[in-house]
Amino acid sequence: MPEITYLEAIRQGLWEEMKRDERVFLVGEDIGRYGGAFGLTHGMLDEFGPERIRETPISEPTIVATAIGASLLGMRPVAEIMFMDFVLLTLDQLGNQAAKMRYMFGGKANVPIVVRMPSGSGTGAAAQHSQSLESLLMHIPGLKVVMPTTPYEAKGLLLTAIRDPNPVCFVEHKLLYKTKGEVPEGEYTIPFGVADIKRKGKDLTVVANNIMVLKTLAVAERLAKEGMDIEVIDPRTLVPLDRETIIESVCKTGKLLVVHEACQTGGWAGEIIASVTASRAFDYLDAPIRRVAGKDCPIPYNRGLERAAVPQEEDIEAEIRKILKGGY
Amino acid sequence: MLMDEQKQETFTEHVSRLKLSKEQLLSAYRTMCTIRQFELMADKLYAAGKVHGTMHLSAGQEAVAVGLGMAVNVDDYFINHHRGHGHFIAKQADINLMMAEFMGKDTGYCRGRGGSMHIADFPSHSLGANGIVGGGIPYSVGVGLALQMQHRQEIVITVFGDGASNEGVFHEALNMAALWKLPNLYVCENNKYGMSMDISNAAAKLPIAQRAEGYGIPWSYIDGNDLLTVYETMRDAVAHIRSAKGPVLVEAQTYRYFGHSKSDRNLYRSKEEIENWRNTKDPIQRFRNELVEIGYLNDAGIEEIDQETLKVIDAAVAFAEASPEPDPSTVMEYVYA
Repeated sequence: MPEITYLEAIRQGLWEEMKRDERVFLVGEDIGRYGGAFGLTHGMLDEFGPERIRETPISEPTIVATAIGASLLGMRPVAEIMFMDFVLLTLDQLGNQAAKMRYMFGGKANVPIVVRMPSGSGTGAAAQHSQSLESLLMHIPGLKVVMPTTPYEAKGLLLTAIRDPNPVCFVEHKLLYKTKGEVPEGEYTIPFGVADIKRKGKDLTVVANNIMVLKTLAVAERLAKEGMDIEVIDPRTLVPLDRETIIESVCKTGKLLVVHEACQTGGWAGEIIASVTASRAFDYLDAPIRRVAGKDCPIPYNRGLERAAVPQEEDIEAEIRKILKGGY
Repeated sequence: MLMDEQKQETFTEHVSRLKLSKEQLLSAYRTMCTIRQFELMADKLYAAGKVHGTMHLSAGQEAVAVGLGMAVNVDDYFINHHRGHGHFIAKQADINLMMAEFMGKDTGYCRGRGGSMHIADFPSHSLGANGIVGGGIPYSVGVGLALQMQHRQEIVITVFGDGASNEGVFHEALNMAALWKLPNLYVCENNKYGMSMDISNAAAKLPIAQRAEGYGIPWSYIDGNDLLTVYETMRDAVAHIRSAKGPVLVEAQTYRYFGHSKSDRNLYRSKEEIENWRNTKDPIQRFRNELVEIGYLNDAGIEEIDQETLKVIDAAVAFAEASPEPDPSTVMEYVYA
């Protein structure tokens, strides 16, 4: 199977789906000749033309709105919001329009749009180009929230997102764009609401998303040499959320750590922890449930500060040691 | 085009120039009456506790809705706003289903989920009334784009108020619609007030429609209480749009008699102002007088239409009252498809 990057996997997914389905088109800023801020749509203008690689002025609310309006007439638009931080500009269209239309109009509207958005820090882009806002989107009923970790998942979940009849926020992580993995050419989909157990283990359950999955896996391999056997679960989609896989795992391990780059307060770790403590897994818990999350601050510019603002491998490792060895 | 540039001609001359039949004129009059009666009934039902929440009555603005309705096709797409009852009735909506929605019934247009602010009927291309001021304006761009990409003949009409014209998305949408020459008609119903804010304190330059020049869009500012002027302007705008020349913005000057919503005590305008509009510029009264003058209506005809429309409204109330409430156990239906 060919090895390609996460970024190429998303491009391949878009490309193949546009070939298969003429209702699919892209809409966003600088996605034509420039190829998008990260080069993700590079080459697509020549292949599909300016009508389907629809470049827009810098008008984020109306980019999302363009996708919404077109979807109401049966199109399958994929909008690109250049940085996830800019989603805050589009919240009326995402939160009040796309998310609520089907419900408030009595089930008559379908809004099959995908809004792609690169999240995360680590590029030195500072406060307004680095945030992870998936918890905020997760709080709006009517939206689905997807966060692929591997190139394989990026393509498979993207195809599912495009074919889903609901608005889907497709959260990519910038630092994953260059990571490589095996991706089959041609059509395959990954269902929403199915968590992936990225590493099996019996001593501790760690739930993590995108870049934090990779960091946690690296830590888990190191700690395995010391006899700590860690299970790593990637929910892959926050909405819908596969609570059952997590609960089942905690019943087995009796311990839970949740890791995300998003700020801690109001972060989705809270939802996972509440779901576990309210479940049958409560009876199996034999350590405090902990989380390692982004600090409650904007992402700073300075390299050292930026690093300090979000979980690093050493933070995850320290927390795992505390849970497994005691020390609270 | 500005209002004072419009031609001065008699009603008869105007009718004959527009080639409107007696039937068309009487039908327009009947629709205006239906809208007024519908809203008066909704107000009464609210007072009786049968409609809860709030509602935004458009009484006084009927000529805009009906003139627009006459100029477009029934399969054209519509996006409108919270004060949108008239547009739906002018687009031949089912009044029973509207009334049922007002009363929150399961048979209503939105199965009781939307209420008066969110009437929508996708099969008849009514894409929904929006409760966010200006919220519908930007997605009209996507609707127009899809119509263009699908090589279709329909157009999309977006109706919004003077207040909405100060939302940023108004400018984004007009720019993009012009840039892509979309089949979009933008209709600004200027009823003078955004809730309580007088438009002259909210817009740096009036009329609002002249902003279209910044985007190279043809515009006009018209007397929105004169049915024939509204019809003619919209008809011409629609012809322009259907010939793939891009969007048009029409601002119709009108006035609402009731408060912004049910919480409004009219502290920001005088009784005299309201009475002056009611007594001297009412669109229905004005059109009725004109029809009487040219002999298309007499006292008996007026009475007959009043009775007919009342019957329609009463039947809608009876339908709504006899309809079931939505089952509370279905509260989670329709969140996702």
